[in-house]
Amino acid sequence: MNQPSKQDIVQQLRTRILAMQGINKPGNDHCSIGLGDIEKAFPEGIFPKNAIHEFTSHEPESAAATSGFLSCLLHSLMNRKGFCLWVSSRRMIFPPALKLLGINPECVIFVDLQNDKDVLWVVEEGLRCSALVAVVGELKELTFAQSRRLQLTIEESNVTGFIHRVLPKSENTTACAARWKISPLSGIIEPGLPGIGFPRWRVELAKVKNGRPGTWELGWTPTGFEHFSKTSSKTDNTEGAAQYA
Amino acid sequence: MARRDAKLKNEPFILYAPERGRMVIKASSKSAHSKGIFPGMVVADCRAIFPDITVMEYPAGKAEQLLEALALWCVRFTPISATDLPDGIVLDCSGCTHLWQGDESYIAHILKRLENFGYHVRAAMADTVASAWAVSRYGKNQTIIPTGEQLSALLDLPAAALRLEYTITEKLEKLGLNKIGQFANLPRTALRKRFGIELLKRLDQVSGFEMEFVQPVQPPKQYLERLTCLEPISTAKGIEIGLERLLNTLCERLASEGKGLRIATLRCHRIDGDEQEIRVGTNLPSRSARHLMKLFELKTSQLQPDLGFELFELEANAVEPLAFDQTAMWVETNTADTSAVAELLDKIVSKRGIKVIHRYLPAEHYWPERSYELASSINAKKEIEWRIDQPRPIHLLPIPHVIEVTVPLPDYPPMLFFYKGQRHQIKKADGPERVEQEWWLQQGEFRDYYCVEDEEGKRYWLFRSGHIDGGNSRWYIHGFFA
Repeated sequence: MNQPSKQDIVQQLRTRILAMQGINKPGNDHCSIGLGDIEKAFPEGIFPKNAIHEFTSHEPESAAATSGFLSCLLHSLMNRKGFCLWVSSRRMIFPPALKLLGINPECVIFVDLQNDKDVLWVVEEGLRCSALVAVVGELKELTFAQSRRLQLTIEESNVTGFIHRVLPKSENTTACAARWKISPLSGIIEPGLPGIGFPRWRVELAKVKNGRPGTWELGWTPTGFEHFSKTSSKTDNTEGAAQYA
Repeated sequence: MARRDAKLKNEPFILYAPERGRMVIKASSKSAHSKGIFPGMVVADCRAIFPDITVMEYPAGKAEQLLEALALWCVRFTPISATDLPDGIVLDCSGCTHLWQGDESYIAHILKRLENFGYHVRAAMADTVASAWAVSRYGKNQTIIPTGEQLSALLDLPAAALRLEYTITEKLEKLGLNKIGQFANLPRTALRKRFGIELLKRLDQVSGFEMEFVQPVQPPKQYLERLTCLEPISTAKGIEIGLERLLNTLCERLASEGKGLRIATLRCHRIDGDEQEIRVGTNLPSRSARHLMKLFELKTSQLQPDLGFELFELEANAVEPLAFDQTAMWVETNTADTSAVAELLDKIVSKRGIKVIHRYLPAEHYWPERSYELASSINAKKEIEWRIDQPRPIHLLPIPHVIEVTVPLPDYPPMLFFYKGQRHQIKKADGPERVEQEWWLQQGEFRDYYCVEDEEGKRYWLFRSGHIDGGNSRWYIHGFFA
């Protein structure tokens, strides 16, 4: 009889440890959500659906980019069914624009509250409700204890949690599975055509639990995410600039 | 009065009240009646007839209060009991008399109870309120009018038994029509011409052709569950158990009727007479005791049991038919999901109010701020599609912000703009997209929208309000693209 190789044993152990940590439990559906290379940064190359993802943005433009990226992610997660909850204490989302980024605005339930404490309460209640696909919480600060609490809640249900921190004071440690930073890049457009084109972002995974952080360039067209290699994106950028100037 | 003071029982006495500068008798006792003293006489006259009579002031409003209390007391005979001012009580005894072995013993029982209290009462039972009223006040010996004989039983009674205005009865008497039988069968057109529509209406009410409504003193409550406790309950756990029991019975009943409740009230009667209530509402009709329990749990801390509650009442104030599952065929999402989401929303609403929850549907407006509207419920469906033919920013400023711009030529997008002290050099631009004012809603300048991207790749939605050469055109930033 062959002994399983050392590599196999390590692999099996890794899977079990991840399951114990509440990430990628066996039995969950592990289908790709179209993020391509970015998904490879996560443990075992799977985007963790039952986890809290933290997004930070330090200026209104990147907050808008983050909201856009979030709604594209929701489009892949929702798959044209179910509801998602968008909890916020300072909401700027313009509902009709969500349709342009892939999700049906009527499938999003907005909860607008006065302070971050209430937002966290509603996010936690939302994460408990398995009928929801995802919960987005927009707030300013998130302490380690609060994020841990959310992560523990999420391990019971299978709702994906997104916390969008707009203009936070500091980037403190949290228990979130990943920390994302989205900033806008020049839009995708055929050279020579007028207009600003489809959105494109610099997606930075600043922290991934058990994964490999990195930076990517990602665009969104009505057909889905579009991936760019670094070099090609740079030429695009200058071309676009030259075209209008 | 005689009830309160045993001394007055057999003594003649009268109650008076001032009316148009005279002291007029409002009520007189039975023994005063026999002396020829009737309500409506002046006190001075009556003193002349009978000098020893006891005279007391008429307590204003007392009669109405007493009548109301009596009507409430009569609830034990029928749930629908109403006061009929100034001196009557109407009981709707449909389906109640068999509990007292028939109509005769029912009336006899009520009369006996009231006479024991010391009241002088007359009663009649008929198919219509009007005929019962007439017979109870003017009838000779009959108290129960058989079905279908309402009008014929009244033929011998005077016209005043029809509750007519004084002017009409006077006119009838002048014409020699003293009894109802003398004019009840006259042609209706002639009656209307001479006495007005009022007389016909009253006659119809007697025969039952015209509906007559009574206002019960205790409005019937359809969905009410009561739980009386042997020992006063003062612990949170005790309240919880009581509430759970009430919810279970109420929800079972709702389930058997295919209904769900929207608003429920829990009333707790404290042992010292204090009454406290908590109320919950749901987004979708619900009959899940577990879910309602959760909603109540958020509020039970408001109750102050002190010495303890002795009675719990759970009432479903608003009940709606529960949507059948078949309708799920027409909904994009399945209803099981919707109800779970609705339960979550109920929880949020009961903690932070209904105003925090928003769900949007497209509206038929070009003006960006009006291009969407609040959905009425979680099941509301869109009637038109969302527009995707024009670019719209993901973030919209609640109020457009004024910016400084440099524009090369009229109707060209700006070359650069200043926003919050920062200079943005524009590299790419698209536009203008003109959005006209909806003049039937609002007056003002139109907007020319431009989508622009600066050299760092940040995308903005700018607009100029009004013509560039109009003198009062301003530039604004209105949103951020993703």
